[in-house]
Amino acid sequence: MYIKKEVVAMLLAGGQGSRLYALTHDMAKPAVPFGGKYRLIDFPLSNCTNSGIDTVGVLTQYQPLVLNDYIGNGQPWDLDKMNGGVHVLPPYETSAGASWYEGTANAIYQNISFIERYDPEYVVVLGGDHIYKMDYSKMVDFHKEHGADLTIAVLDVPKAEASRMGIMTCDEEMHIIEFTEKPKEPKSTLASMGIYVFTWSKLKKYLIENEYANTGSKDFGKDIIPAMLNNGEKLYAYTFEGYWKDVGTLGSLWDANMDLLSPNETLDLYDKEWRIYSRHNNMPPQYIGPSAEVENSMITEGSVINGKVDFSVIFGGVTIEEGATVKYSIVMPGTVIKAGAVVEYAIVGEDCVIDKNAHIGRSPEEYPNRDEWGIAVVGHNIIVSESKTVAPKDIIADNI
Amino acid sequence: MGTNQNVLGLVFASLHDEAIFDLTKQRTMGSVSFGGRYRLIDFPLSNFVNSGISQVGVITKRNYSSLLDHIGSGREWDLARKKGGLHLLPPYSHAGSTVYNGRLDALGNVWNFVEHASADYVVLSNCDVVTNIDYRPIIAAHIRSNADITAIYAKGFYDQTQGSATIFGIGGDGFVNDVTIDPPMSSACNLGLDMFVMSKPFLRRIIKESMSRNRYSLRRDILLDRTANYKILAYEYTGYYSKISSLADYFSANLALLETKNRAALFLKNAPIFTQTRDNPPVRFGLESHIKNALIADGCVIEGKVENCVLFRGVRIGKGSVVRDSILCQDTVVGTHCSIRNVITDKRAIIADERQLTGSAGYPLFLGKEAQI
Repeated sequence: MYIKKEVVAMLLAGGQGSRLYALTHDMAKPAVPFGGKYRLIDFPLSNCTNSGIDTVGVLTQYQPLVLNDYIGNGQPWDLDKMNGGVHVLPPYETSAGASWYEGTANAIYQNISFIERYDPEYVVVLGGDHIYKMDYSKMVDFHKEHGADLTIAVLDVPKAEASRMGIMTCDEEMHIIEFTEKPKEPKSTLASMGIYVFTWSKLKKYLIENEYANTGSKDFGKDIIPAMLNNGEKLYAYTFEGYWKDVGTLGSLWDANMDLLSPNETLDLYDKEWRIYSRHNNMPPQYIGPSAEVENSMITEGSVINGKVDFSVIFGGVTIEEGATVKYSIVMPGTVIKAGAVVEYAIVGEDCVIDKNAHIGRSPEEYPNRDEWGIAVVGHNIIVSESKTVAPKDIIADNI
Repeated sequence: MGTNQNVLGLVFASLHDEAIFDLTKQRTMGSVSFGGRYRLIDFPLSNFVNSGISQVGVITKRNYSSLLDHIGSGREWDLARKKGGLHLLPPYSHAGSTVYNGRLDALGNVWNFVEHASADYVVLSNCDVVTNIDYRPIIAAHIRSNADITAIYAKGFYDQTQGSATIFGIGGDGFVNDVTIDPPMSSACNLGLDMFVMSKPFLRRIIKESMSRNRYSLRRDILLDRTANYKILAYEYTGYYSKISSLADYFSANLALLETKNRAALFLKNAPIFTQTRDNPPVRFGLESHIKNALIADGCVIEGKVENCVLFRGVRIGKGSVVRDSILCQDTVVGTHCSIRNVITDKRAIIADERQLTGSAGYPLFLGKEAQI
């Protein structure tokens, strides 16, 4: 027996994250480490818990091992519940045959029976690759007040960015009149954040219709939203104000980490009223040694720092030896940076070894032609041997 | 790691509270903060768990609300179990029982729990020894030697000014032949770590006998008085430990963790020290931060200068402040342009801007819980 839930959240975590290249070779995008001790999925999961949503389905498909392990029983997010809680939902085989999730809408379609168990009024659909803090319950309230069938969270973006996103045109009551994916000439600057609140009875109807319409995409942006608009359903835009960042590319992942070090930072991880929860590794406190120089950085438990760290985000269990320098970089859990090595303007994945005198990345100032410059990336579990260099823009997926 | 279903671990959370009275005024010894993110009880609990002991009783005396808070269901130690697991044993656990006066008295009070635990052997520990010890070879030695009691000791130095020590004389056969408590001279010695292995029937017997004679001290009434009557095996522990019997001990035991070899001996990869998680973000170091030789737990925000310190979770140090040779407990806030040396703060102490506080290494200055300077 299941007890009725007013709201169920469905988190789309199946994305391959191909634009994160080496960082997503062996883990799904939502499992990518972020901000010193988190993974991307901690943000939507913590937002759910902090918004009072205690029933969450996580749709996984691509390289789910790390993500499944990480979510476990959901305890770190308070989502280990007798009724509700977090459920990992991979594609499965039925008497009609086995099929992968073919699109975002199809992934939810295949889990209609999971949602129906809780007989919800509303379903919140979320992505797993955005960094933000948001109270979904306020958006659900907005949805209810407007008697909407679908509410889409939007962000007012600079005009230059609008042509890369899904753009809403609204009337004064925020009623959505038009929705265009990546318009060349955007009519508005209200961009979809990929966060939807659906009235479940409506969503279910459209999911079933879309499944049989066979559009080939089975996608919310391409199929469900246009179909609902065409049929005159009530679609509203809910404006979100605050920090929000899509971390779908290596550049934006690096930027979002660096944002945490900015004094004008609007994403406050230290706010006890809206904690971001994460699974914990039980390591001793970090140790900063006598030869260390640490400034303007974030460093996490289990790390041992004897080198120089400046403008960097250092995850748990990282070793930075005496004589090593790390600046403007992100160093993921368990990595060792040996004496004399320099890591600058780079992302270094989990459990890597950057051997003595290796040099990862370069400062943009050394490149008069900025197009030749970009951050350097070392994937997970990689050894960069003594004195090797990794040039800007290089993405290393094998030992060198 | 398999579990040893045949052994019950019992930890005395309140014993020696008086040793660091300042820190135990509002809590038990077991819930005293240690090493940046731990409580003293984390060490005995983790040692039990890492030794495969998955039935554990925590014996408390008073002020145990913070302890309850900390250990909860025991989940962090993997002790939230259907079979065995963690049991908090407050005083007054049966009609007519009182706050206990000694370990035998306390054990008598909770005997019902011990009796019904499915274990033939019992390991006793206090919370005043910080160590990472594997009980498995000790239990094996106890069984092999046919001893009544196995007492764990370390070769150490007894300082008579620090008080509260049990010192063993050991015969050539490895059994204890002499016990002294707080002798009036300092010397190198076999220092008892207040950890014992006994069989349940033997423990039952000595408790019953002692109760009937109104005796309640394991140390005085059994170890000291009856050294000749019982076979007490002395088991030498050679690993890292700190025994905390004064505020100065507490201070130096924390600062000892700044040495890499000590951390390596206490925080073992395959025998970690477990504790309650607090979901703190990483440590944020500001533009003008300057850190040398410090152990820092998550959630701290440091904008000043820190040298030779242990900072617990959520400590904040303002710009221009200099903190040296100090231990700042959870959520201590140091304002801007302060100068602090040889200070211990309890939880949530607040030090306003431009304050200067200095203690000495032997007598660190102590700021109580939520003190405001």
